[in-house]
Parts: sequence; structure tokens; C-alpha cells
Amino acid sequence: MLKRMIAAAILVGVVSAPLPVVWAGSQAPPQPSTAPSPPAPMPAILKAYTAVTTDRLKQPEADDWLMVRRTYDGWNYSPLDQITPQNANRLQPLWVSSTGATNGHEAPALVNRGVMFVSTPGNQVIAIDARRGTPLWRYRRPLPEDVVLLHPTSRGVALYGDKVFFAAGDAVLVALDARTGKEVWTATVEDNRNGYYMTLAPLVADRKVIVGASGGEVGVRGFVAAYDLETGRQLWRTYSVPAPGEPGSETWPVGDQWKTGGGSVWITGTYDRQTNLTFWGTGNGGPWMGDQRPGDNLYTSSTVAIDAATGKIKGHFQYNPNDSWDWDEVSPPIVVDFTRGGRQIKGLINVARDGYLWFLERTDSRINFVDGKPYVKQNVFKSLDPKTGRPDVDPERRPGTGKNAEFCPSHWGGKNWPPVAFSPKTRLLYIPANENLCGAIIGRPVTYTAGRVYTGATSRLLAAPGADHIGEVQAWNVDTGVRVWTHTFQNSANWGPMLATGGGVVFSGGTNDRMFRAFDATTGAVLWEFPTNSGVIGQPTSFTIDGRQYVAVQSGWGIDARAMQSRLNGLFPGEYPEVPEGGAVWVFGLK
Amino acid sequence: MFLSPRLPAQDEAATIRPKEGDLLVRAGDAQHRPLRAADIPLNGQQIPAWAMDPATTSVRSGTRLNGVILLRLDESTLAPETRARAAEGVVAYTGICTHNGCDVDDWIADRQILACSCHASEFDPKDAGKVLDGPAPRALPALPLKIVDGMLAVAKPFTTRVGFEPG
Repeated sequence: MLKRMIAAAILVGVVSAPLPVVWAGSQAPPQPSTAPSPPAPMPAILKAYTAVTTDRLKQPEADDWLMVRRTYDGWNYSPLDQITPQNANRLQPLWVSSTGATNGHEAPALVNRGVMFVSTPGNQVIAIDARRGTPLWRYRRPLPEDVVLLHPTSRGVALYGDKVFFAAGDAVLVALDARTGKEVWTATVEDNRNGYYMTLAPLVADRKVIVGASGGEVGVRGFVAAYDLETGRQLWRTYSVPAPGEPGSETWPVGDQWKTGGGSVWITGTYDRQTNLTFWGTGNGGPWMGDQRPGDNLYTSSTVAIDAATGKIKGHFQYNPNDSWDWDEVSPPIVVDFTRGGRQIKGLINVARDGYLWFLERTDSRINFVDGKPYVKQNVFKSLDPKTGRPDVDPERRPGTGKNAEFCPSHWGGKNWPPVAFSPKTRLLYIPANENLCGAIIGRPVTYTAGRVYTGATSRLLAAPGADHIGEVQAWNVDTGVRVWTHTFQNSANWGPMLATGGGVVFSGGTNDRMFRAFDATTGAVLWEFPTNSGVIGQPTSFTIDGRQYVAVQSGWGIDARAMQSRLNGLFPGEYPEVPEGGAVWVFGLK
Repeated sequence: MFLSPRLPAQDEAATIRPKEGDLLVRAGDAQHRPLRAADIPLNGQQIPAWAMDPATTSVRSGTRLNGVILLRLDESTLAPETRARAAEGVVAYTGICTHNGCDVDDWIADRQILACSCHASEFDPKDAGKVLDGPAPRALPALPLKIVDGMLAVAKPFTTRVGFEPG
């Protein structure tokens, strides 16, 4: 609590007091009241709320940011071009508003015609007038005291019609009225007492709301499930670990291990409108040591293509068969067409936790391997099969039960969950990477108990010999497969989601010095930076109000960024002190 | 469709925190046999346990926040504060990490350190559960023990609030 008060006290802008459910915007003119003791009147901006339609999601106007990555292809790209390398040094904060929450603030600020929606740790969704940060309503769903929520965050909400969809930490899907913040329906997705929890933003596609669940550390069986937008009724559920007799079950040992096999789904999938396929990343298998579950263990550590209409699996690509490195490959691939050897490829690109940059081909029935190459130090794969992409793993680098192995990159990966960005103007893919980190894991036997951690592993973080930096922003040309620039951070890891813009400016935070930065999209030069209240691990977004371009981001350090920082402070004593915590929403614009 | 095992139903005695006089039983022991110090292996991995009301034999396993871990250590190696909470060398702590609520599931034998496998917090069981490394913001709450009729028993409630801040 003390930390929270300090965090709130240092904020310079709008600091929120406890709020009623509906808050009258301070910018709204006084409303004539006809009732004697009315509830607070609905602010005009909410009365005029514009419904989100299928067409608006498919082809969003540049002024809005209607889903977590703005577009279904996962590009994190805004066409807005008022902020440029020439004027970015005139960026300044326009408002800031405290969220009242601690822990990792990772959600993007969605904006629909000036109404902003953010989610935060603590099962909270806030609607805000994006013009000056005036809170409009606040929804808080109480968490059970003994909730299993091993990564307390929310990675965003989804919009459709006049509803806001929120995947609550206790594994309940919630539909809110976008105008009031009141619950329209709730649907229990899974039983939190068995270790299922949710941190992802829902995906609205094919007139359904689609989610998956976290809990790979707790022996869950991963899945993706679709719900009716109006009622919350489940429409289909597809497990990432097949039951006996289903395709892929031959990659699991005989017995019951498939019931606790992991493959959790904790990042929002991408979507190809042409084929109606959604693409989801899956976590590692459970328990963590592959020798305790012999076989490839489909569909763990994979990209899985799932038909949005039926839930049927229509292709997969497994990055790490029989994973033993805790390399969740939960980041979905971006959907992007690229050229290779003069051929135009309808593609998927995934920047994997295993340290490889994977170029794949998408079809309506399978996913084909195109190319793969390391983007950070990687000493586990000796080579990739040129046809299938299957890695040839160095057995010395594979941890096992009672067998310690050192390997690079670390179990946190060359890139963890933070999303990449892609600019169609520069044809560059922007990667928040962590270089020079390796790990060591030793496994031990472990017995499954419902709701208890089921990893059976002890991990350590190591620095690669000669490490002179860790955090990086990398830019790769998707057509040549060549790295064009790298920005390095001398004294910080990078946990910052990326935003690319049409003005040729890339935005990101991610470092332990509380900075939010603008980079030149072409050269990687830092154009501007600003120290916020905390470390910025939220997804930046861009939008307009009255024709002016703004950039929004949440600042609020926590979870694995905090965990890595403390491990680095153990490796380099005193050099990686605690980062101030406590969340806030920031909006920046040109002076 | 939901194939995972279920936890037992909750009742009030099962969800209140361990109280003075409660006995301790090994987690998963269907017969609820009260533990003695000699049942805990010296310098071995932590034993997950629950408190049990001796009058009703209700096991307080209705919430994960009641999870206790037991270790038996050489008494001469314990810091004074921890020695005062120990019973025949057995020390008890919450099984729930103060960072993000992961289970304190790991035992680093060569250093005699408690750890969490999910975010690698490390705690010193010989010195009040204090944080040695990792993201945990505060020490593990301890559960002071005593011996009653040769059996391990709770001497006092948890020294501080168990659990974590989810937001």
C-alpha cells in the first residue's frame, strides 16, 4: 500500500479519487436534471458511443485503435503520420491518470472515437475520455483471496457492438456495456482452483469472442474457446493437447499426461480474414522437463491455425518439439505477405522465445516452413531441417530430470511476450529483444496436485561470456530476411511492446529507467524519450482527437520484468535496483 | 469436458487460517496422521502440509493460502528469531510466494534455500524466510511451532499476512 501511495503521489497530472460507477466528465457541460436524485448523468461522449462493427474491425479508420494490435494481422501499426522524425522532439505528455493498481500494466489503450478503454491488474477496466484523461466509468471484479493468478496482469480488452469484453484473471469472460461499465453477461471459462487463469485480451472474429487460458506452470490442458457475443454461450473449444485418438495424440506418452500437458494460451491470436483462420501461440509442455513426457507433445510450443467458424485445427507449426527450456511460444505470428527468392509468399512471421526468427507460409489447410534464423545468441539448435524446419537439438543443451544444462537464450527467451510491430512503409519488423542472456535448468520428479505448481524444474539466469548489453530493439527487413538496425540498451533488459507509425516513428518503453521512447523507424536513432512514473511494459497505441495524433501507453512495471530485473541484480550486484511500481495511463502529443 | 481433478469442497473450518494448537498433517495424507519432528527429513526438501483442528480433525485445506511447508534443519544453524519459532528444528512457512502467489515448490539443497520455480524468488528458511534473491517484495510469513504430546503443533498464527497483491 505504501508503494501505491508513493506511486500516486509522484504523478503530475490527473490523480484519480475513488469513483462512482459512472463519472461525469469534467469537460461535459452541466446537464439539466429532471429526476430528483438521479444517478450521475451519462457523459455525452458515452451517449454518443459509436458501435464497433465487423467492417470497422476489418478496416479500421486511422483515427481509432479498436483491437489490441489495431488490425487482425497483428502489425501494431498506425497509419497516422503527423509525428515524424523531424518533429518527434516536440513530444510532450498531455495528461496522465493513475490506475490505482500495482503489478504489470501490459494492456494497450483502445480508442473508439475518443473513448479510451484500458484494463489493468486487479481485474479492472477503465473507460476514459481520451481528450483529457477524465475517467468515465470503472469496473472492478473482485478476485478471490486465494486466486491462482501467477502472472497478475491483463493484456487488454476487445470491443464489439456496444460491448467491452474482458478476460478476468479468475478465468471468467466478462461482457460489459461500453456506455456504463456494467456487466451484461459473464461466462466461467475454466475453474481457477485447478490453476486456470486468464491474462490475454479476447479476440473478436467471425462474430465470436475467442479466448484461451494461462496456467502452464500448474498442469493445465491448454485450449482456445469461442463464445457467443450476445449471450456468452460457448460455441466451440479446441484443446492444444489432443485427447487419446485425436490427431497429434500419438506424440504423447500412453496414459493420462495429456490431461495436464500444458500448452497454455495467454496471448491474443491473429486472424486471416481471407481464410477465416485464427493463429494462436501455445506454451511449453507440462511438467517442464521433456524427458517426463516423451514425444513431440503436439501442440505445445507451436503456432496452431484454428478455423474461427468451427474450432477445427487447420494446420500447425511446432517450434520446439518436446520442449525442455520453458520456451512458451505464445506470441502469435503476424500475418504478412513477403518475398523470398523472387517469390511472393502469403506468410506468417514469428519472433520466437527460442531465439529464432521464423518465416512461414500460410495456406487454408496447413502451415509450411520457409526460413528460420537466430536473432540472438542461440546454442541449442545445431541446424534446421531445410524442408520442415524441425530443429536438430544439441543434446548437451537439453535439460532433463536430474540433468543440468546451460543454454542460450534463457528460459525467458530472446523475446518474451512483448509484441513486435511491422511497418508496411519500411517493410521492417521491429523486435524487442534480450541478447546475451542464457539459462540453466535442472529438472526433478514432480507429482501433480490440482492447483499447485507443476514445473519440476529449477532455473538460473546466466550472462553470456563477454555480454556488454542485454536489451535491444532490432529492425529486420521481411523481404530480404536481413537485420537493418539494432539499438542496444547498456544497463537494461527490454520488456517493451512495439508500435510502428506511418510517420516513420516507432514507439516503445520496456527499460528499467522508466523511459518511453520514439525511434526513427528507418535508422533506429532515438528521437525523444521521457521518464514516466514506472517502467513501461504496456503496448503503445496511436489515435486522433479532432484531427491531432496522440500516442497512449500504460506505465506500470511488474511480473516477469520485475523478476528478470531482480535476477540481473543478482548477476550484477547493485546495477539493477528495484524499479518504481504503480500504474498510470499516459497520453503524449506534439507541442 | 472438464477432466482435471477437483479439489474438495470448502467448509469454514477448512478455510480459516492455522490457529494455536492445530496439529500438522502431510498434504495428500488421507489418514490425516499428525506429524512429528522425526517425520520431517533433516535438511531435506520441504514437506507440504496442512494444519488440522485437533478437536474435530478438520483439515484446513479449503484455501491454498493455508498451505504450509515444513523443513527440519540443524537448530544450531538457525537465526535467533527463527530458532524461537522452531520446534525440534522444524520450521514452518507459508507455501505461497509473496511475489505473484506461486507455490514455494523448490529446494536448493546445496545452499539450503527455498525457491519458487516460476519466478525464481529465493528465501532463507534459517533466517525468518527473508528474501535472498528474486522478485519477492517481502519475507515468507512464518508459522511458529511447538511440540504438544510429541507432535508438531502451531504455536502462534502466521507472523504476517499470507498471499500476494494481485493488483
